Amino acid sequence: MTVSTDSAALHARPRDRRRWHLSEQTQTVLLLLPSILALTVFIYVFISFTFWVSLSNWRTLKPDLTLREPLFATYVEMFNMVRWQADLRNTFVFTVFFIAFAVTLGLTLAILLDRHLAGHNVFRNVFLFPYALSFVVTGVVWRWIFNPETGINLLFEVLGINYLLAQAGMEPLKPGWITDPTVVAQVNGILATVLPGADAWQVKWGIPLAMIPVAIAATWQLSGFVMALYIGGMATISDEVREAARIDGASEFQVYRKVIIPMLRPVTISVVVILLHVSLKIFDLVYTMAGVGPGFATDVPAIFVFEQMFKATRYNLGSAAAIIMLVLVALVIVPYLASTLREDT
Amino acid sequence: MFGKSLLFAMTVLLMAALVFTGCAAPVAAPSGGEAAAPAGGEAAAPAGGEKLEVFSWWTSGGEAAALQALFDAYAAQYPDVEIVNATVAGGGGSAARGVLQTRLAGGDVPDTWQVHPGFELIGQYVEPGFVAPVTDLYASEGWNEVVPQALRDMMTVDGEVYQVTVGVHRGNGFWYNKQLLADNGIEIGETLSVDEFIAIADQLQAAGVTPLCVGDSGIWATAQLFENTLLGTIGPEAYDGLWDGSTRFDDPGVKQAMETYGKMLEYQNEDHSALSWDQAVKKLMEGGCAFNSMGDWAYGEFVAAGLTDNEEFGWVSHPGTAGSFMIVADGFPIGNGSANPENAMNWLKVLGSKEAQEAFNPLKGSICARTDCDRAKFGVYHNWSMDSFANDALVPSVVHGSAAPADFQQGFNDAVTVFVVDKNVDAFANALVAAAQSSGFGQ
Repeated sequence: MTVSTDSAALHARPRDRRRWHLSEQTQTVLLLLPSILALTVFIYVFISFTFWVSLSNWRTLKPDLTLREPLFATYVEMFNMVRWQADLRNTFVFTVFFIAFAVTLGLTLAILLDRHLAGHNVFRNVFLFPYALSFVVTGVVWRWIFNPETGINLLFEVLGINYLLAQAGMEPLKPGWITDPTVVAQVNGILATVLPGADAWQVKWGIPLAMIPVAIAATWQLSGFVMALYIGGMATISDEVREAARIDGASEFQVYRKVIIPMLRPVTISVVVILLHVSLKIFDLVYTMAGVGPGFATDVPAIFVFEQMFKATRYNLGSAAAIIMLVLVALVIVPYLASTLREDT
Repeated sequence: MFGKSLLFAMTVLLMAALVFTGCAAPVAAPSGGEAAAPAGGEAAAPAGGEKLEVFSWWTSGGEAAALQALFDAYAAQYPDVEIVNATVAGGGGSAARGVLQTRLAGGDVPDTWQVHPGFELIGQYVEPGFVAPVTDLYASEGWNEVVPQALRDMMTVDGEVYQVTVGVHRGNGFWYNKQLLADNGIEIGETLSVDEFIAIADQLQAAGVTPLCVGDSGIWATAQLFENTLLGTIGPEAYDGLWDGSTRFDDPGVKQAMETYGKMLEYQNEDHSALSWDQAVKKLMEGGCAFNSMGDWAYGEFVAAGLTDNEEFGWVSHPGTAGSFMIVADGFPIGNGSANPENAMNWLKVLGSKEAQEAFNPLKGSICARTDCDRAKFGVYHNWSMDSFANDALVPSVVHGSAAPADFQQGFNDAVTVFVVDKNVDAFANALVAAAQSSGFGQ
């Protein structure tokens, strides 16, 4: 009897083994499950929690997750704040200047290096080096450069530019840089005619001059990175293409203008998307370099979130600002991801 | 076949284990990395055990030395207790408060931490129940007789006192470069009115001297200039009324203060928004300007630069504020539900003592939070400040968190940020009214 049961067990084994054998698909799902769980909890659950907090009454150290009445009151309050309006303006202005500067400079450097001029290997590393620095370091260094008393303005004195201007009977060149509260090219009037309700905005819509030095500092840091991406893109363009263009009688300028740059379009799109999400989320560079600036000339949403959360303990207001930042970044990233996914499949 | 399946099953198990230990780790493991003592480890220690965790943001030279003097005084009486010095450096406590908030929210309550009396204590810590009352200590140690009533009121809710204050700074100081003023034939008397200041400032400006230094790269220094001007214009009673709603922020007196503040801003240095407060004081010392409105932590800067009281530099109360004392005080409460409540209670007992305060305050550059300290241990300025503390109206500072909740403080700073540029009094007043209403104390 015992023998027969043993043999029955032996016979049963292969079937058991077959039961253990899972299909490829099930294995994939099981292997991915831990990371999916972790992602769900640590990203999507927390985003949902932040959204809930933004609708709540939580405005002291003691958590209060009851919903505020009316539901979106915190968002309404925020969009009526001069500071938040200035933050949106500043982010927009910074993004435009920063991306324009960084792409232009990065592409120019890449083309120069592409010409294999003397010492291009050295310069490639020199241009890439700022990218290795922390934004905080960059911010502190450029803060001194753009200090109106001790920075770049001394150069105007030393080089005699101000002397020449004085001789010509003109005002000396002494910009306030990051301390300049001026907002130029104001478009409040135009906006009011286009957008209903825009005349209720208290903030001056225009270009805060103090934002431009910050964009320059960010460009200094990231144009090397842009250059590296473009160099990578150019390496994939075969010499035959250039040769063909030259044989067709294109000048060197036309080779770039008509052939290389159009072929770099996918790189340009990636570069712009990467820089956009950097500029929408930027905090450390601005915080260390200019802070909120005179009259919120250099304040950005991330600084708003930080100060409302940890200084004012307005957790609902800080969360609302964080959610709007997420929406802004999503507006950029989601179409990009969708298009890359479509290309992959 | 079997080997592969087993490997697969083990991988899944291992990953699951990783995920779950990952989740559990913050609870089970000590919150390492920080100088802070881990809560988990301390919970195991017997009550009234071997440790006392003191959380503060006193890290710079004089501050750290003063804190050490308190530790020494404590260690002399309680040598068996190990003091865990949990300081977090940076920016007047803005970094430390973030860490503290996270710890309180997570239930990891330090035994005691640095706090300003008034709303910061009451709104942030007493009302949510993070601190325990110490009223009995005031009675048993006889502090009710030596700590001024107005200061005790700032630490009291429903008859219970929640804090022991160790040192007091005077926020409404007006410092001047004595040499520079003498060169222009100006001498400052015992007090200075707003009109007198404006006359002097006009005279200085005509002589090509910048009258006022401000370093508002972190906006609070100019917010403090406004706060002092406000106190000087409407007086201590109406000023106190701002915080209970009996004075409105669009009151004619407040608007007049805003006009005066706007006028004072016309006398300030051009690079104000590029300087920090101490750089502005330095500029004053170097003769770059004549006056600076600042709390008496500025005194430490003068002393550190080797200047002598009443020779190279002088001081009066901020224009119009003679007879008032803007309190910027530091103290400690007892954490509710902390690991070592008994040690914390002894810590507060030491802090409140005359001996500890006499050791602490000369190093910190502040005065005792009690009126019976030995005056010989303090210099000329601090004796002047002690007279003011004993006799003048004590008022809370909004810029330093005592007068109003943190969200109003932020709204106040934001409104000042806008006003410095646009100088629009009506918009300024409306912004403050709205901030007070939103914060729940204005009408």
